Amino acid sequence: MQTNESIEKKIIIFRLGEEEFGIPVELVKSIEKVQSITRVPGTASYITGVLNLRGVITPVIDLRERFELSSYEPTEFTRMIVVSIHDTEAGLIADAANDVIDIRAEQIEPSPEVAGIIKTDYISGVVKVDKRLIIMLDLEEVLHSPSLPASSGA
Amino acid sequence: MEMSQYLEIFIEESKEHLQACNEKLLELEKSPENLSIVNDIFRSAHTLKGMSATMGYEDLANLTHQMENVLDAIRNGKNSVTPVLLDTVFAAVDLLEEMVFSIADGGDGKKDVEHVVSRLKAIENGSDVPEKIALSPSVSGENKLGSYDDFQKTIIMQSNEQGFHAFELTVQLREGCLLKAVRAFMVFEILDQAGEIVKSVPSVDQLEEENFENEFSVAILTQMSKEELESRILKVSEIEKAEALPINLEYLAAQEETAAALQEAAGASAELAAVPEAAPEAAQKAKTSSKTIRVNIDRLDILMNLFEELVIDRGRLETISKDLKNAELQETVERMTRISGDLQSIILNMRMVPIETVFNRFPRMVRQLAKDLNKKIDLHISGAETELDRTVIDEIGDPLVHLIRNSMDHGIEAPEIRAGKAKSETGRVELKAYHSGNHVFIEVSDDGAGINREKVLRRAIERGIVTEASSLEMTERQINELIFAPGFSTAEQISDISGRGVGLDVVKSAIEALGGSVTVDSEEGKGSLFSVQLPLTLSIISVLLVELEKEKFAIPISSVIETAVIRKEDIMNAHNQKVIDFRGKIVPLVFLKQIFDVPQDEAEESEYLSMVVVKKGERLAGLVVDSFIGQLEVVLKPLGSYLNGVFAISGATILGDGEVALIVDCNALIK
Repeated sequence: MQTNESIEKKIIIFRLGEEEFGIPVELVKSIEKVQSITRVPGTASYITGVLNLRGVITPVIDLRERFELSSYEPTEFTRMIVVSIHDTEAGLIADAANDVIDIRAEQIEPSPEVAGIIKTDYISGVVKVDKRLIIMLDLEEVLHSPSLPASSGA
Repeated sequence: MEMSQYLEIFIEESKEHLQACNEKLLELEKSPENLSIVNDIFRSAHTLKGMSATMGYEDLANLTHQMENVLDAIRNGKNSVTPVLLDTVFAAVDLLEEMVFSIADGGDGKKDVEHVVSRLKAIENGSDVPEKIALSPSVSGENKLGSYDDFQKTIIMQSNEQGFHAFELTVQLREGCLLKAVRAFMVFEILDQAGEIVKSVPSVDQLEEENFENEFSVAILTQMSKEELESRILKVSEIEKAEALPINLEYLAAQEETAAALQEAAGASAELAAVPEAAPEAAQKAKTSSKTIRVNIDRLDILMNLFEELVIDRGRLETISKDLKNAELQETVERMTRISGDLQSIILNMRMVPIETVFNRFPRMVRQLAKDLNKKIDLHISGAETELDRTVIDEIGDPLVHLIRNSMDHGIEAPEIRAGKAKSETGRVELKAYHSGNHVFIEVSDDGAGINREKVLRRAIERGIVTEASSLEMTERQINELIFAPGFSTAEQISDISGRGVGLDVVKSAIEALGGSVTVDSEEGKGSLFSVQLPLTLSIISVLLVELEKEKFAIPISSVIETAVIRKEDIMNAHNQKVIDFRGKIVPLVFLKQIFDVPQDEAEESEYLSMVVVKKGERLAGLVVDSFIGQLEVVLKPLGSYLNGVFAISGATILGDGEVALIVDCNALIK
């Protein structure tokens, strides 16, 4: 292995449709198969509900809904990525999660104006690895949601 | 040295010692001549001093040191227990508490202690002991060795006449010294050559058994000089410090006189003899400390979570074994069920704390407040051993403080008024806790003036809380409850009505936030009784599980009045609201499926509806559900910060099959 002065970062890669997204590994607590989820009434549509994650009630966010993509039937590859940031824990549902790669900090480029399928608000940057383009998610932005429902008691 | 790992223990233990000081001081106030109480306080202060010095909290150590001196002067008969002294020591304890709490909050525990220290010093010096010895370093030596018995005193006096010096020698071993007993032995070897040892603390036996920290003190008679003695001791390896202080003979004499006087006066010789090491009490202390262990509540939470996992798996195992019908498996699963049931109750019990921890602070508070209010008040506490979940304990203190203050301030009358009413001048406030069913009751009662309903009502009308017209129909109880109304407490001039009211709405909401309730009964001129009802534990509640299509919801039993099946044709319409006549009462219906937006299956229309009648205060509502599953005990879990504030959902719970069921917040559904 070559010695490199810049800091290596591990990121977890997951897929939504054809695009690949990355989250720094330190924010990821675990990757789970999707278990049965209890719907929570009166919450935003992208909040699938809550589930029991080893005794802790964890909210689940459907990333496809969150990014306003067409919905997609769960498959055997569908995974829930449990992330934890600023004491907020949540499960993010992705089409698949199957890769961990090392990148160097300077590999992250600022997000391009047009980033394809999702709004640039959710993107903290992009990384090119070989021929893959990995979109780094701004988790804080993704999880930033008024916890109150848009229309209460709907 | 890195101390942070000990910080938590330090804080907890300091709080305990301060609590002990507070309690014992109150006892001392009642029986000022009881020296064993002084000893207890002294011991607590001494430990506190040692701990805070080790932890590097100098102000704390300083103040405790001075407090110790004053206490020492008392037990040596140099000072007597006076109200001024008690007040000062109380003030010192208060200051110490402030410092400990500041440390607990992440502060540095620094505080200006000079004022109280100088007051303590003044008290210490203000005694009429002829020779001023109070602040000489020998006092600390005295502390270590305590007092001498007559025989020892005689020897010291006589040898002094023969040209021997009497020293109190304190030897400190190096931190981490491995063979403490050996070092002590070597020191004693030298001392034996140097002169005669009169006394040692700890005793020689204890030293041999290594039953001491890093320090021991001896009283020795020798012809050597202070310096020579010290340097000899320091030759022994692993000795950190050796300090010899001359024994003050006048002090000894004075001590003897007062001791004799005390013996005559109180026959307290037994207590005096027990001063250096009150053995039976020390033994008792050791016994209790070996029986308990401090556990961080977070760890208990983790344990509970893990256990719940286990219970969920147990549920699965039970299903599997039922399906397989294998006798051996069934037997094993049954046994496991039984054991885990026992385990569950043990874990839950571990979270239970006697309410004593809350009640403990009240005697002190009542004493101070009675002084401030110029009232004479006796506080009676019963049921302090009643146990409550730790989470409830943490929250219940402040509301109780409010209630007690209220009783003292607005309930109990001033002594002269009480005398005029043919009551005893001293008012009585009673604090009582007891279990009843799945609840804990805490009552605060007083024999004071009671609630003047007319004035309360007039006030409430003034404040627009009730209308003149509606007030006519109010029951006595409803009028009493007005003092809990939010607008009532904002009154800037509370004292102009003889009633009550300061912040009681806060009390009520705090208690309701805990899932409890508070009521008040009162008889004018005779007193009032506040009764607080609390759930035994916040984490486990009893719920009625209901089904809406495929979804399961839990309704807290505490809100449920009853369940009923009603006919659709009995539903009536009133102002766009579906209502039903339920036992002669018009009850609005709440269709949970609509509220919760449950995805609807095409289902056949039934002519019956299942309804859960719930209450919020006096108001009722009928929650319409698909079916009842049954009642069960569940562990209440928060939805988490990401989802807080979801309408009509107060939390979630994990069912036996691992699925999550949401808990319905009935209060939000009844307007």
